[in-house]
Amino acid sequence: MSTAEQTPAPDAPLEAALREDIIALAHHAEYKRAAGTDALKLVQKRFGYVSDRHLSEVAALLEMTPAELDAVATFYNLIFRRPVGRHVILLCDSVACWVMGAGAARAQIRDRLGIKPGETTADGRFTLLPIVCLGHCDHAPAMMVDDDQHGNLNAATLDAILEQYR
Amino acid sequence: MMDKPLTALLQPNGMPLDITGYEHAGGYQPLRKALKMAPEAIIAEVKRSRLRGRGGGGFSTGRKWEAVPQGEGSPSQRYLVVNGDEMEPGSFKDRLLFEQTPHQMIEAVIISAFAIQASIAYIFVRGEYVLSMERLNRAAAEAKARGYLGANILGSGFGLTIHVHASGGRYICGESSSLLTALEGRRPIPRSRPPRSAQSGLWGKPSVVNNVETLCNVPHIVERGADWFLSLSLGADGGTKLYGMSGRVKRPGLWELPLGTTLVELLEEHAGGMQEGYECRAVLPGGASTSFIMRDDFDVAMDFTSVQRVGSSVGTGNIMVLDNRRCPVGMLRNLEHFFAQESCGFCTPCRDGLPWVERILAAIEAGEGHMDDLDTLGRHVKFLGPNCTFCDLAPGAMQPLASGLKYFRAEFEQHIREKCCPWHDTEEHWA
Ligand SMILES: Cc1cc2nc3c(=O)[nH]c(=O)nc-3n(C[C@H](O)[C@H](O)[C@H](O)COP(=O)(O)O)c2cc1C
Ligand code: SF4
Ligand code: FES
Repeated sequence: MSTAEQTPAPDAPLEAALREDIIALAHHAEYKRAAGTDALKLVQKRFGYVSDRHLSEVAALLEMTPAELDAVATFYNLIFRRPVGRHVILLCDSVACWVMGAGAARAQIRDRLGIKPGETTADGRFTLLPIVCLGHCDHAPAMMVDDDQHGNLNAATLDAILEQYR
Repeated sequence: MMDKPLTALLQPNGMPLDITGYEHAGGYQPLRKALKMAPEAIIAEVKRSRLRGRGGGGFSTGRKWEAVPQGEGSPSQRYLVVNGDEMEPGSFKDRLLFEQTPHQMIEAVIISAFAIQASIAYIFVRGEYVLSMERLNRAAAEAKARGYLGANILGSGFGLTIHVHASGGRYICGESSSLLTALEGRRPIPRSRPPRSAQSGLWGKPSVVNNVETLCNVPHIVERGADWFLSLSLGADGGTKLYGMSGRVKRPGLWELPLGTTLVELLEEHAGGMQEGYECRAVLPGGASTSFIMRDDFDVAMDFTSVQRVGSSVGTGNIMVLDNRRCPVGMLRNLEHFFAQESCGFCTPCRDGLPWVERILAAIEAGEGHMDDLDTLGRHVKFLGPNCTFCDLAPGAMQPLASGLKYFRAEFEQHIREKCCPWHDTEEHWA
């Protein structure tokens, strides 16, 4: 399913409903700023990534400066401060997967999709990012696509998995 | 049959028991018992059980809890924090407990919070563990509906709220003081000690941070007593351990076994030995921050003291196997890439030293190394070692490097002499 039509422009202001959700998160936290990562994740779910504009809006809701919130946002692997494709592939590059063939998986993705870690396909379908050990080492090599976990990757399963995401 | 308290309720289909199933199997009975005990009595029993932290450090849980100020004049707000960050490469045990025994986790949190008299608990879960969080949230909601959570639990007067927090994702969040800073919504760099978290932790209040597996033992200790817990283990410290193994073994996986099971038994019996055509050269016994153990020492008991005697540590007890078809220098380069990337950047030796180490290892692997590079690596081992950096990330990073330089000296020199990797570039091909 393509979400491209439904994703609003990254420079559009946060919708009222989303602002309400963030205010509710802040309200439930013991201190407003503690809701930072959750709030950024909500924005990311809606827009795919966190733009400068949205970062500033969230910071204001949490009574933080944009710089304070950005110090948090830029620290984390799972908060994207730049646009990503419709689906994000997190390919484990840690040691158990390295032993079991993560390099081969990376090469196959490069050959099929034409992207290296950090890149997005020209059609905006996939972004490939490296990720540290996914706690799936007994099924190495492993990766996630969006929220789904995939293990025991090999030449055949990898292609079949990619096919599931349009 | 051998007692396996942590995994006794795993279902063949991998689905967790719902609250009714869990109660039928005896679940939440330990909680009922605990609520009738004095909190100090629970702490004393846990201390006597010799439960040691399963997060890597091996600290006595009872002693950690004792350090929380109690009684007259102590701060009334305390926190219990579950460390479910699990980003140590090669470790996958806490995920199993979250996904397949979420009620055990929730019950463990309630009893442990009661023991230290904390009215708020956080379960800090790495952001990628989406299923874990779904199941924990469902279990917590079910527990609340039955009166096991909320104000005045089962009429005891004790109340508890549990928050499940999704991490933004960074290895340093697993370090207990960074974890608290992360929960506060700040950039999670470690804190200086003293004060200890038990005195001044989350928002300056007394806080206890414990690993997932550590806490999941608590309901069983309360239910069956410290003597029983001690009898589960083969050594001096109590309990079972969730051992795991990954790499080119026949059956990679996780097993709950007596604490002190030997490495060779894990490799040969539980993991089924090596796959056809592969030999085991060495292992990292408990994650990326532990030292290599070589074949000669595989009869070592995997308990806290024995593993130290062979120059390593139990760590998470999730073992990674280096086989003969993978290059040890490449493996170290992979490990140090991880540490260099995950350094929080706060202190200079770690922020600058780890990328330097990674560059040297990459150069040696590519056949562009020099003999004096080995001395430079050796110097890093010294200057990034214990007490030279602000937290334990860098000393952890030096564990595999120091042992690798010692045990794989010949392979390092061969790379440098022959100006190439003797294993050549197999990385991009499926085995
Ligand atoms: C860089 C770093 C990462 C860590 N990651 C974890 C982790 O993911 N999970 C964990 O339980 N402990 C981790 N620890 C250890 C914790 O600091 C702490 O010792 C532990 O959570 C205490 O729990 P325990 O006493 O029950 O083992 C880490 C330590 C360091 C230095
Ligand atoms: S040792 Fe590394 S991770 Fe720890 S505080 Fe220093 S820079 Fe940060
Ligand atoms: S090393 Fe890849 S999942 Fe653990």
